[in-house]
Amino acid sequence: MSYIAKPIISHPGLPKNALGLTLRDYEGSVSTLCAGCGHDSVTAAIIQAVFELDIEPHMLAKMSGIGCSSKTPAYFVQQAHGFNSVHGRMPSVTTGANAANRDLMYIGVSGDGDSLSIGVGQFVHAIRRNLNMCYIIENNGVYGLTKGQFSASADIGSLPKKGMPNQQEPIDPVSTALSLGATYIARSFSGDKEQLVPLLKGALLHSGFSLVDIISPCVTFNDHEGSTKSYAHTRQHYHHVVNVDYIHPSEEIKASYEEGEAMPIHLHGGDTILLRKVDDSYDPTSRASAFKYLRERFNAGEITTGLLYANESRDEMHELMGNVDTPLSKLPLDELIPGKDELAKLQGGYR
Amino acid sequence: MATVNDVVIKIATVNGTGSASANGLLRKSIFRMGVPVVGKNYFPSNIQGLPTWYEIRVTGDGYHARSNRVDIMIAMNAQTYARDMAEVAPGGWLVYDSTWPRKSLLNRDDITIIGIPFSRMCNQHFDGARARILMKNIAYVGAIAALLDIDVEIITALLEETFAEKKKLVASNMEAIQLGYDYAMEHFACPLPMRVEKMNATAGQIIIDGNTAAGLGCVYAGATIGAWYPITPSTSLMDAFRDFCSHYRVDAETGKRTYCIIQAEDELAAIGMVLGASWMGARSFTPTSGPGISLMSEFIGFAYYAEIPAVIFDVQRVGPSTGMPTRTQQCDIISCAYASHGDTKHVLLFPADPAECFYMAVTAFDLAERLQTPIMVLSDLDIGMNDWMVPELEWDEDYVPDRGKVLGAEELEEMERFYRYLDVDGDGIPYRTLPGVHPKGAYFTRGSGHTKLGAYTENSADYQDVLDRLLHKWETARSLVPEAEISFSKFNKAAILTFGSGDGACKEALDRLEAHNIGLNYCCVKAFPFTDAVRDFIDTHDVVYVVEQNRDAQFRTLLINDIDADQNKLVSLLHYDGMPINAGFVVARVLEEIAKGRAA
Repeated sequence: MSYIAKPIISHPGLPKNALGLTLRDYEGSVSTLCAGCGHDSVTAAIIQAVFELDIEPHMLAKMSGIGCSSKTPAYFVQQAHGFNSVHGRMPSVTTGANAANRDLMYIGVSGDGDSLSIGVGQFVHAIRRNLNMCYIIENNGVYGLTKGQFSASADIGSLPKKGMPNQQEPIDPVSTALSLGATYIARSFSGDKEQLVPLLKGALLHSGFSLVDIISPCVTFNDHEGSTKSYAHTRQHYHHVVNVDYIHPSEEIKASYEEGEAMPIHLHGGDTILLRKVDDSYDPTSRASAFKYLRERFNAGEITTGLLYANESRDEMHELMGNVDTPLSKLPLDELIPGKDELAKLQGGYR
Repeated sequence: MATVNDVVIKIATVNGTGSASANGLLRKSIFRMGVPVVGKNYFPSNIQGLPTWYEIRVTGDGYHARSNRVDIMIAMNAQTYARDMAEVAPGGWLVYDSTWPRKSLLNRDDITIIGIPFSRMCNQHFDGARARILMKNIAYVGAIAALLDIDVEIITALLEETFAEKKKLVASNMEAIQLGYDYAMEHFACPLPMRVEKMNATAGQIIIDGNTAAGLGCVYAGATIGAWYPITPSTSLMDAFRDFCSHYRVDAETGKRTYCIIQAEDELAAIGMVLGASWMGARSFTPTSGPGISLMSEFIGFAYYAEIPAVIFDVQRVGPSTGMPTRTQQCDIISCAYASHGDTKHVLLFPADPAECFYMAVTAFDLAERLQTPIMVLSDLDIGMNDWMVPELEWDEDYVPDRGKVLGAEELEEMERFYRYLDVDGDGIPYRTLPGVHPKGAYFTRGSGHTKLGAYTENSADYQDVLDRLLHKWETARSLVPEAEISFSKFNKAAILTFGSGDGACKEALDRLEAHNIGLNYCCVKAFPFTDAVRDFIDTHDVVYVVEQNRDAQFRTLLINDIDADQNKLVSLLHYDGMPINAGFVVARVLEEIAKGRAA
């Protein structure tokens, strides 16, 4: 991936977060993606979310696989460690990293090729483990770096720039995640920062696996007439059902939730997000009804967005395994080694 | 002529009938008499119903390899009577279940056939189909005890230890032992001329398999994370780690664990998890076998280039492809040494027995963190799953783990800037940082082209600079890996060179060749890259017999590639039928080469 250092320009007037850091402190190197790429908007939303959540940069781990989307961790939070792994394998690396150190916040950025084709196995198993991470799919329906082949999320009938329309069933990451028991599932659009930023905040703070599937159009290979992942098509068929507001702990007392209109969800770490239903018939706490609703709207050609499912009650991976609270990577080795006498004792059984 | 403490007993049964515990009892009883034993399990890739064999070599001389001879066959499986009988050495014995006479089948006149009605006796004394089958196994232990003069008191003591919690089982098992014992004593001249006699050759020794020892080594190395996908013959390594951890790594008060075992969805994920955990600073490992190495290869190359520690145990089995999953070979040498695309090469360790599996597990973690690269421990099915007598494992309380060059928060605070891939010390090993320690330590780990500063590059010189530095690190690795075991019997221009599980057979072959007045020197290689001592050893000799268990002389290729060994000197002795190598093969091949005019 190309690498262009950003000029350091001082802006004394920029607002600071609780750590005294400005939005600039959460930026990365200059993006080398195409001008107008949806992914750059997602990057900006991530920066905004992380800045507003007052996350210490080095306590964030940025994980990715291969593809246009997977380049983007270089473009945000310079002072966080990044791991740009191999194609489709970001979930396993994140699983290992999280197993070793549960104190960090994990954000994985993937694409529809990386997650739904080559990496579909790892994607589904990370969900099954309820790995505590925020998993972003920048979903554009095509392979960009290899110049425009369909991905597994391309809709039936969607037209490529050249050649035949797609005939294969798409894999929908949201319904896949629903069927696998993901505990925070959202969909959004790279062109709707207002919706996206709070969804990302909730996803980052959620304890367990959170999926944010973001329609993020490819301006070069999939933004033409007849494509179902273009800006125009998405804007036209985009349908909010549930919006989310993040309530900063300091503001919680002031926030009022009117019955039937807003539903607070208390996250493990003590934070709260507020669900605001746009469509009253939608129930984001029921997997069965969410699935039915999403399928029906999909059949009607709509792209349903918002926080589509949330479940704060299920234990994440470490809790399921019964691991100690201290990160395993920080346990002093001498405390882990049973020693000479134990070895002698044990070997009594080998005679 | 009577033979004492030099006998091979082979037991043919059907898998899934519980014969393993009976065979273990027999092997342990002989060991408790102070007599060295070798236990080999030849089992099918199957759960129930196919033929399986267990072979006990009683070796007063304390050899470690299998013998290619069977003196006493316990033929408990009618499916394999014919081949089992054919395998008995002339002058040997075949014991069979005479509940169903097999006169027409059992017709060799150069061996003695011993019929004992195990089924009939057990049906009379025990109730229930399962108990009858299990007790039939125990009954043959009793018969062998009589035939070989094995101390029944030791058998009793072992049963009492095994069933300390279930006293009733001691009585029923003893009843079965007695059935076999009494029948043999009554009907045959016991003991046979080939028998077992107490000696004192097992003091300070234990019996253990390599996977158990390696799992224990991981505990003693302080490993906290194991990720794996089940595959024969490596599975029991993680089973052992789990068992030890459930004993040593659970907080007595809270019940919480200081270890994390993840059964991955496949080997692609298992190695990914290991890399994630190692990148985060935990000691992390994965056990696998050849097919797993194939799947892991992409990530192994990533770890080589991005410089992430990892410990991989490859318990080798017969390939290619699915091959024979329950048979042994040393066939992944090249695929491990050069795993992955592009210019990659990896440090390999070759344990020669279970004790070395324990010690090398610890060494592997130290080297992985020191060298910031994957370390592969190449065991095999023979070492991993068979019962070996080895000296009791020792632990040095002064052991200090080598965590390698890791910068802490204070060091980072004082630095102006941190660059990930700079060769600061001139040994080719850069400094690394762990996530979550300090913002100054942050860098972008990538498998794409990078400069020595850690930045992405497509610049030829910058790319090549890092690649050359990795080669420099390879030379540092050469100076850090375990040294070969070398012995000079006398001044001689010919030698045997082997590695891993070839060691036992080769050492025994050296003794036997000595009896032919052929004294060969010996080198058992412990690691790749090859040390200077290995290079010198080859240089010193005119002929080096390279003994390995694969078809294509993979190790010989590696010697030529890595240290430019003179290929005209390297004569391959290749054993690759899937059975563990034996001394007789090595002796016969060496004599054959000498007969062809090769230097002795």
